[in-house]
Amino acid sequence: MIDYTSAGIDFGLIAPEIALLVTAFVILLISSIRRLNAFPIYIAFIGLVVTLALSIQQWSNQESGFFGMISCDNFGIAFKILFSATSLLVLLLGYRYMIARGIDRPEYSALLLISTMGMMVMANTTDLVVMFLGLEIMSVPLYVMAGFARRSLRSNEAAIKYFMMGAFASAFLLMGIAFVYGASGTTELRRIVADISFISSRHGAYIYAGAALILVGFGFKVAAVPFHSWVPDVYEGAPTPVTAFFSVAPKAAGFAVMLRIFLFGFADLEILSDVFWVLSVLTMSVGNILALRQGNVKRLLAYSSIAHAGYIMVALAVGGEEAVSAAIFYLVAYTIFNLGGFAVVTLLETRSGCRSNFSELPGLAATHPYLSAILALFMLALGGFPPTVGFLGKFYLFAAAIKSGYIWLAVIGVMNSFLSVYYYLRVVKASYFETSDEPFTPVSYTPAIVAVLIITAVGTLGLGFFPQQLLEFSRSAIFAFL
Amino acid sequence: MVPVSAYLIVAIVLFGIGTVGVLISRNMIVMFMCIELMLNAANLALIAFSRSLEVMDGHAFVFLVLTVAAAEAAVGLAIVLAIYRNRETINIDRFSILKW
Repeated sequence: MIDYTSAGIDFGLIAPEIALLVTAFVILLISSIRRLNAFPIYIAFIGLVVTLALSIQQWSNQESGFFGMISCDNFGIAFKILFSATSLLVLLLGYRYMIARGIDRPEYSALLLISTMGMMVMANTTDLVVMFLGLEIMSVPLYVMAGFARRSLRSNEAAIKYFMMGAFASAFLLMGIAFVYGASGTTELRRIVADISFISSRHGAYIYAGAALILVGFGFKVAAVPFHSWVPDVYEGAPTPVTAFFSVAPKAAGFAVMLRIFLFGFADLEILSDVFWVLSVLTMSVGNILALRQGNVKRLLAYSSIAHAGYIMVALAVGGEEAVSAAIFYLVAYTIFNLGGFAVVTLLETRSGCRSNFSELPGLAATHPYLSAILALFMLALGGFPPTVGFLGKFYLFAAAIKSGYIWLAVIGVMNSFLSVYYYLRVVKASYFETSDEPFTPVSYTPAIVAVLIITAVGTLGLGFFPQQLLEFSRSAIFAFL
Repeated sequence: MVPVSAYLIVAIVLFGIGTVGVLISRNMIVMFMCIELMLNAANLALIAFSRSLEVMDGHAFVFLVLTVAAAEAAVGLAIVLAIYRNRETINIDRFSILKW
């Protein structure tokens, strides 16, 4: 057996994480000086740009370090790039909203950065202990961010629900890790893979119990049905930029870890494929069906994010290189257009008193043609229309499923996509074809949010026409675990 | 010598009590305590396995878990406090502005 643990300490492997942490601490220090309260957002911006550059620079550097605790492979680095870019966009899109709601405190940026760092740790390890630690570094700041509007009862409620569900899920995950450790004597996935047949013949019950408990833990985190009940409430109650972050980054982090654990670590447990088949079908169907009757755009996007988790879970059921790269492609694409959708919602909600109900949408198209066109573009991408990148993402996922013989899974997925078109088009219909007596209050654009809208819109359309780059990126990002 | 299965049974029972407690309790502090109970059940299982396997990793892991649990407790209690200031109650049933 190869000795992975001999790899020593190399700080270059965790340079992006260090950059984030240092920036976060600098922000916390500076924010204690009242005069400098306006600076943190710029410092966070610079820190995130540096992190993004450092992550990109690590590309195709396959190394393991810190005695096997950190594995920097393309899979992990791809997620590092995704997380830092997401965090950057969320920082930009939330700035004016936070000021408008009177919650533009510097700690917000620091929490965002620390949470991003936790996600990076999660994606860049093959050790269950470090995964757990990364998960907690990610989650604890998220609980605070959900309740960041601390005078708002809705935000309070979102925070406590998210906290209770998150902590509950962590306990399951931890118990699962304990069982896996008991069965195998190690928490390092590469060692578990090496002698899984021996482990499962001798301690079969432990390893199955452990895998099931870990699945429950991450099921909560990525909002798989039947562990989804917290999602709509938390998404609706949390400040909108925070919701935008919730809907993409922790989900991507959860899937990064799930792909590693279940397609690599426990790849030999054959029952898992069937379990994911059922979970995937349940998640996409329940998400889509419940989304049909929502009257609030944020809640609708919450259910839609559940459905999208279901689509990505197809990759977990199918397995294999092609499915993993399709899942990465889909996660990147979903991040782009979902953030775009939330950027529009944030822009609308920056006006006082707006809760982004459907009844507030009429008049948008007449007064803001560009904004409503962009909103329609994101809705079509979420529904999977060509020529947006949403169509290609679904196409690659279901194509991978069909190639591996999961015909029914692909059929159910496609049927679900057709179902989802109905509620996405309801948003478009409300903004274009419905009228309301109340005049539409104009929105005020800021350079930051316009930049986010342009980046996401160009990404949604551009990658739809020219997917080659992203396709290569996701193909070279499949895990090569040294 | 107490066999490892005895510790495991205790851990599973504690975990079960914690799970049921979270699901049926209406008081946020009690729910919170039940989550701590679940975490400590996992700790007990880790230590029992660690001893029986004679690998020390599990012991180190328990310290990490304790630290994480403390951080979570700090955030959780802060959230509960913020809620109490706004609403003067910590009964989870009263939280229904957003449909649960």
